[in-house]
Amino acid sequence: MADIKSFIDNEVKTNDIVLFMKGTPDFPMCGFSGQVVQILGYLGVPFKGINVLDNPELRDGIKAYSNWPTLPQLYVKGEFVGGCDIVREMFQKQELQSHLKDAGIAVNEAAAE
Amino acid sequence: MAMQARDIEAMIKEALPDASVEIRDLAGDGDHYSAIVVSEAFRGLTRVRQHQLVYDALKGKMGGELHALALQTSAP
Repeated sequence: MADIKSFIDNEVKTNDIVLFMKGTPDFPMCGFSGQVVQILGYLGVPFKGINVLDNPELRDGIKAYSNWPTLPQLYVKGEFVGGCDIVREMFQKQELQSHLKDAGIAVNEAAAE
Repeated sequence: MAMQARDIEAMIKEALPDASVEIRDLAGDGDHYSAIVVSEAFRGLTRVRQHQLVYDALKGKMGGELHALALQTSAP
């Protein structure tokens, strides 16, 4: 478990945006993961998708790491932003766009308007 | 295994007695719910912390017995 924790720690700290998800960005295996992929795609921000279905230890490990019981989970600059409900609500209220910009990440301006 | 809407509501209210809780069974299968929870306890907290309070109230059932609960939280 210690190894998984340092793996997660390293991923979220060395990538600007990390999405722990079921499936891959090209082939989401769950509707909730797919929704967050779509939102990030719409905003035109690069992100690293990590498929927790590849590794049961990671699937449990990320839940413990974030103290969050469900997937997907979005991290920006090492900070847990939320799951599908929160990301969608923030996106609809333009808060996700400003959160990303505040973190120094360029957002597709047409989408941010 | 599914959970009844009234059980979900009861668990949330046990942890957050002032909360108003509105639960809908989205698919009619007792497995996919949405909940709108309004409580003074959420005031000043980030959405992540607000949702964590609700998940704590459900004592580990979320993600297990309870497959999907779309949450919307706010302070009154």
